[in-house]
Amino acid sequence: MTTIITIYSILAVCLGLSLWKNKQKTFKAFLIAGKAFMKNAPSLLTILGIVGLILGILTPETISRLIGAEAGLIATGIAAVLGAITLIPSLIAFPLAGSLLRSGATIMTISAFITTLVMVGVVTAPMEIKSLGKRFTLLRNGLSFIGALVIAAIMGVIL
Amino acid sequence: MDTFKKFKVPIIIVIIYFALALWLPNTAKRSIFVAIDYAKEMVLIMPPVFILMGLMEVWIPKDKIQKWLGSNSGVKGAILSFLMGTIPTGPLYVAFPMTASLLKKGACISNMVIFLGSWAALKIPQLLVEIKFLGGAFTSLRFVLTFTVIVFISVIMEVLLRKSHDKVWPEEDL
Repeated sequence: MTTIITIYSILAVCLGLSLWKNKQKTFKAFLIAGKAFMKNAPSLLTILGIVGLILGILTPETISRLIGAEAGLIATGIAAVLGAITLIPSLIAFPLAGSLLRSGATIMTISAFITTLVMVGVVTAPMEIKSLGKRFTLLRNGLSFIGALVIAAIMGVIL
Repeated sequence: MDTFKKFKVPIIIVIIYFALALWLPNTAKRSIFVAIDYAKEMVLIMPPVFILMGLMEVWIPKDKIQKWLGSNSGVKGAILSFLMGTIPTGPLYVAFPMTASLLKKGACISNMVIFLGSWAALKIPQLLVEIKFLGGAFTSLRFVLTFTVIVFISVIMEVLLRKSHDKVWPEEDL
């Protein structure tokens, strides 16, 4: 909700200013927006479809079963991979992580899950490749995955 | 034929949904509900984002972006990228076309990695939810560590990609 309000307020201010300053330029901005939308539409539909499939199979209960069951390094690894391949909104992910923590998952496992969840996006990689290139995408996601494991290890030691 | 080629993957996914519906109807039902939920979010968020991108293309000149976010923008550019990333503006996939258009206008790779990283992991509303469910200690430690890691990644990627881009960002390519 905050997101929607913020983005529409920013849009209202910018669009108002733009219309006031120059109608033609504003029209051109809409043309560019339309073109960018058309270009990204297939990728967006793909993301929708794949997210649906993955989350239909990997329900919160399944995820809990997979990473809450044992407390070893294997659980941390599974958590990191699950975080990387799923795309869960924070309003669902954080309560899930909180309940996993209470039911016995380690801090390391939860940190790995949260960090790869937000930083690594396997589902969105095709769109990232289209916009930013293959090397950029592979490097960003690969380094983020390694970084997430480092973060998890440090958090496990400190907390 | 061209349109068909463009939408090849989405069409294949629809076929997979049909197959799933025959094989595991319950899973298929859940999948469809999730997809519809995400579709609602996309329909609300994508139009304003693309219009803002269009406005940015039209109004902000290339030399300004180069100055604020280019390779000579220094710590100020990095801080600006970080702040831009933490503004609540929706899921990460929204940021990819936006980042591409900033790169095209002369932003440097390290700043864009910081922008994407803070967009993904250090968003303000997301942090509030995190504090509520995982506690202040967890959240603040993750914030500090993630920020450090992002800075590291940005430096590594700048060095590796500055020499050999695999993608050039031409004018008409958003």
